[in-house]
Amino acid sequence: MAFAETPAAAPRATLRASRSTLTFVPLLTLAAMLGPICAGLAGTVLPALGWYPAAGTTALDGAPIRALLAWPGLADAARLSLTTGLAATALSLGIVALVFAGWWGTRPFGMLERLLSPLLSVPHAAAAFGLAFLIAPSGWLFRLAAPLIGWDRPPDLLILNDPWGLSLTAGLVAKEVPFLTLMALAALGQSDGRRSLRAAQAMGYGRLTGWLKTVFPRVYAQIRLPVYVVLAYSMSVVDAAVILGPTTPNTLSVQIVRWMGDPDLGQRLVAAAGAVLQLALVAAALALWRGGEHVVALVGRAWILGGDRGRLDRVLRPLGLMAGVLSAAAVLAGLVALVMWSVAGFWSFPDVWPDTVTWRSWSRHGAGLAEAARMTAVVALASTGIALILVLGCLEAEHRSGRRLTRRGLWLLYLPLLVPQIAFLPGLQTLLLTAGADTGLLPVIAAHLVFVLPYVFLSLGDPWRAWDVRHATVAAALGASPRAVLWRVRLPMLLRPVLTATAVGLAVSVGQYLPTLLIGGGRVATLTTEAVALAAGGDRRAIGVYSVAQTAAALLPFALALGIPALAWRNRRGLHG
Amino acid sequence: MRSLATTCAALALTAAALPALADPDPADWDAVLDEARGQTVYWSAWGGSTATNDFIAWAGDRLKEEYGVTVEHVKLADTADAVTRVLSEKQAGQDADGAVDLIWINGPNFKAMKEADLLFGPFAEQLPNWQYVDVDGKTVQTDFTVPTEGYEAPWAMAQVVFMHDTDDLPERLPNMGAILDWAQANPGRFTYPQPPDFLGTTFLKQVLLEAVENPEVLMHPASDADYDAVVAPLWDYLDELTPALWRSGRAYPASGPAQLQLIADDEIDLAISFSPGEASTAIADFRLPDTVRTFVLDKGTLGNASFVAIPYNSGSKAGAMVLANFLMSPVAQVHAQDPEVLGYGTVLDMDKLPDADRAEFDALELGVATLSPDELGEVRPEPHPSWTTRIAEDWQSRYGTGQ
Amino acid sequence: MAEGLELAGVRIQRNGAALVGLDHHVRPGEVLTVMGPSGVGKSTLLAFVTGTLSSDFSATGEVRLDGVDITHLPPERRRVGILFQDDLLFPHLSVADNLAFGLAPEGSRSARRAKVEAALADIELAGFGPRDPATLSGGQKARVALMRMLLAEPQALLLDEAFSGLDASLRTQMRDLVFGRARRLNLPVLMVTHDADDATAAGGPVVELTGR
Repeated sequence: MAFAETPAAAPRATLRASRSTLTFVPLLTLAAMLGPICAGLAGTVLPALGWYPAAGTTALDGAPIRALLAWPGLADAARLSLTTGLAATALSLGIVALVFAGWWGTRPFGMLERLLSPLLSVPHAAAAFGLAFLIAPSGWLFRLAAPLIGWDRPPDLLILNDPWGLSLTAGLVAKEVPFLTLMALAALGQSDGRRSLRAAQAMGYGRLTGWLKTVFPRVYAQIRLPVYVVLAYSMSVVDAAVILGPTTPNTLSVQIVRWMGDPDLGQRLVAAAGAVLQLALVAAALALWRGGEHVVALVGRAWILGGDRGRLDRVLRPLGLMAGVLSAAAVLAGLVALVMWSVAGFWSFPDVWPDTVTWRSWSRHGAGLAEAARMTAVVALASTGIALILVLGCLEAEHRSGRRLTRRGLWLLYLPLLVPQIAFLPGLQTLLLTAGADTGLLPVIAAHLVFVLPYVFLSLGDPWRAWDVRHATVAAALGASPRAVLWRVRLPMLLRPVLTATAVGLAVSVGQYLPTLLIGGGRVATLTTEAVALAAGGDRRAIGVYSVAQTAAALLPFALALGIPALAWRNRRGLHG
Repeated sequence: MRSLATTCAALALTAAALPALADPDPADWDAVLDEARGQTVYWSAWGGSTATNDFIAWAGDRLKEEYGVTVEHVKLADTADAVTRVLSEKQAGQDADGAVDLIWINGPNFKAMKEADLLFGPFAEQLPNWQYVDVDGKTVQTDFTVPTEGYEAPWAMAQVVFMHDTDDLPERLPNMGAILDWAQANPGRFTYPQPPDFLGTTFLKQVLLEAVENPEVLMHPASDADYDAVVAPLWDYLDELTPALWRSGRAYPASGPAQLQLIADDEIDLAISFSPGEASTAIADFRLPDTVRTFVLDKGTLGNASFVAIPYNSGSKAGAMVLANFLMSPVAQVHAQDPEVLGYGTVLDMDKLPDADRAEFDALELGVATLSPDELGEVRPEPHPSWTTRIAEDWQSRYGTGQ
Repeated sequence: MAEGLELAGVRIQRNGAALVGLDHHVRPGEVLTVMGPSGVGKSTLLAFVTGTLSSDFSATGEVRLDGVDITHLPPERRRVGILFQDDLLFPHLSVADNLAFGLAPEGSRSARRAKVEAALADIELAGFGPRDPATLSGGQKARVALMRMLLAEPQALLLDEAFSGLDASLRTQMRDLVFGRARRLNLPVLMVTHDADDATAAGGPVVELTGR
């Protein structure tokens, strides 16, 4: 992390502490996060220009770019990346804004809020499969509607894999709404929204309009980076696009993965060129979004000055709630569909329930499932363990030196989430291979670390800094060294956020598809890679089994993060938020 | 950087020369068995079908028990992934202990690997169980017209059949023209996997085989001179068929098994399969309704053998050979032919088998939807791989990019 | 050797601008009251004495305790106790464990336990050892916080608005208790407050800080 310059004359005692090994932890963290990205980008850009000695070309003549431009699906694929990404981001943000504006602090909002952790921990692939099981013409929704409309076979409707990417957009929205909700909640904790809203209401503004006019601008400023993350992610996602996205042609990111796997090594150069294009598209979309921010700000300012007290509140409030409930329900009902298919015997259309319920699919996949679960656990525990040590080291160094994370530091922290995975992982794989380093478990753990680190940092940073440092002053006055303060006072008091951050890290690792696939070279099979590999086979029972297992793997740590502090501090009222 | 690359290449050459000395010799089978004990074989095989995955797991268990060889199934979305892997290892100079020990392979991928010297061998015809293989009656020594020369060992026979749901399509269809007519009369009820999926490409080849005037031309490499003219009838056929396909041809199932789900959901009534026993197997585990039956075309359908090959840089060649030999064994072959398991055709010659083994085959219940060997009719050989590659590519620009 | 707490030429700046300055010698048993409006740097001054000054500030001058320069000692070795407006009992420890936290790590387990029991009895909380601090009343918590600090055997005592959080009757009680203990143990006390009654009750010299 980049920290602000320290004033020269800080007391010597503080300096002494900061000179310890802790000083190197932020540097190490930075290297672990940004090293692979920089290396991977270099390993992508050079082949894209034609420099790839492994395939016998060092021409730097831009031939791969010409080959990319010659691919007939390029225009559609690039357009899809932009439209699905922008639409998913705008819709997610819009839904989150409407739900907060209309319902923040009310009972329905509290109910949605309680669903947040489980919704967040459902991996993207499982959510996408669940949605597919719902909205396919042979899916649950159509089975429910069939007797009403009189269908005895599924209608021939292009819903899944539609060429406009609408299903993909819907799947992304269902997963990004919980993420942005969490981010907005954290942002609201730092701004005095409640009183602003009350003031606006006292002036006759409706709840929704009042919130949008007084609180939203502040909240948006705080969640701007997470919104950019959603945009970059939605534009370049692979696993959800394989499951829900169009196939004639694929989205650009999926096509890049296909090129990476072509037996003709020369296609990797095209893949690299595609990756560079994907990166450029994301950069362009981010710029476009920024421009949009200014326009919205201008229009919004005029709207605020116009003094409208909320004519549309009556329409928008229920609309927002419906959209929020719908996106949560889609994920949850999808999960139920996954569970049902995992235990289904023969289940024909338009039956709403399977003929028989059987454990056959589970026992059949038991062995493979156990092995994949073990690998998932090894990778997740290792990467999260390392991330936790590094993050705690950074935060403690920050505390002892008194230097705070700067704005630039925050950007660096978000960088691994803003650079599309598809833009640098192929290059990283090529580099690893060229360097003779075997792909396998350790590189996969390192690759997961790149994405686990920022999430653990973002999750733990705020509660860590919100801790009352006067506890440290008192403990030091009682003779406790900085180390003792950390281990005997701060960590026990922050047990809950530390465990929550751990759960976040584990869930992030469990959900990773592309790093496991590309850096693992096929040898590292996790629940996620196995589940996505099953997508091509269309065996709903197998998909159900693996997706349910994958979701459980991500959910279990959250349950433990809630349960362990409740158990450990059952007699300590002061630690129950 | 250029000097680095040169050094790498030099190292690669040196390294390539070394392990050749230590490679196991399949003629000395006892030595192979000794060396294999304790080895781990990473078998790269397509992982999209649970039935195949289960069979591979079964073979792994047997090998562990009988020969002390551990088998790890590396599940691929596409066989080409494994080829790429070996290729990039060779480029990177990793000439020993590569990631892949055995590949389920055939057709263009075999041709690519053989031409690039990426394969270990010859070994297949020295394996003990080769004595039972039906060398005369089945295409086990050529793979898509390319001579195998012992660089891959056959383990299953495949032949194109069409699965039809007799509830909606009671009668068999005699030829591709009839399929087109039926599809146009029943729009949205037929589709095929999206090329370059191998089954989708197989469908294109089956069309081509019936559409060309002289099929003999397909046995030779495609040339620029005749390619366009030869394949023109294929595109004509698809231009007519596509609007009548499921989703009007704007989406396709990703693979063969994905079609099964579509039949089970009653979205389609007709689908192609490359395994005569697949339908029976799928009925047995609820993936297809029990009204599904299979048929072949009057003029015969495409057939080929599935092979396994060993990359030149495998670190467990002995173990891989033991596995390849086991796959050709009567016990593995009868297990694979069981419709409850895989329903794959055997590569063995019944007349060469010991009586006890033959009895095992005779006792197999082939399954309700499986045609008998007689009913399967004529097997048409695969065209030269160059045709496959080109039509798969052209299909993508014609139908695979929404244009 | 000068006994007590000496602040010699202490000047604290923020971003180069002078914030607060103090020269004073607090004798053992004496209470120096520092008063002034909020934001004037009272707490910053105490942070300088405890060695926990944030890096936003820079400071010159010396802090001497019983003649020893402690300006550059790490906080945990300064032997300067501090009480804040909030009790700041560690919520994850029992009342007894909170008290034991400040005890020097010598002596047997049972001897330490006996010391804690005696301390609890001393503040009329005998038998409260195993309790969760969150279940104590405000006055009880304040007494535990005071006793926890005294068990660490400090050589000086800092009070940062220590009585502002208590209601009127409790405030008088706590003042008497704290000042009484400090006098009995002959500790120099530096108190910052905005409450003139605190200063009166302390009875010692008063320094007014003004914003500049």
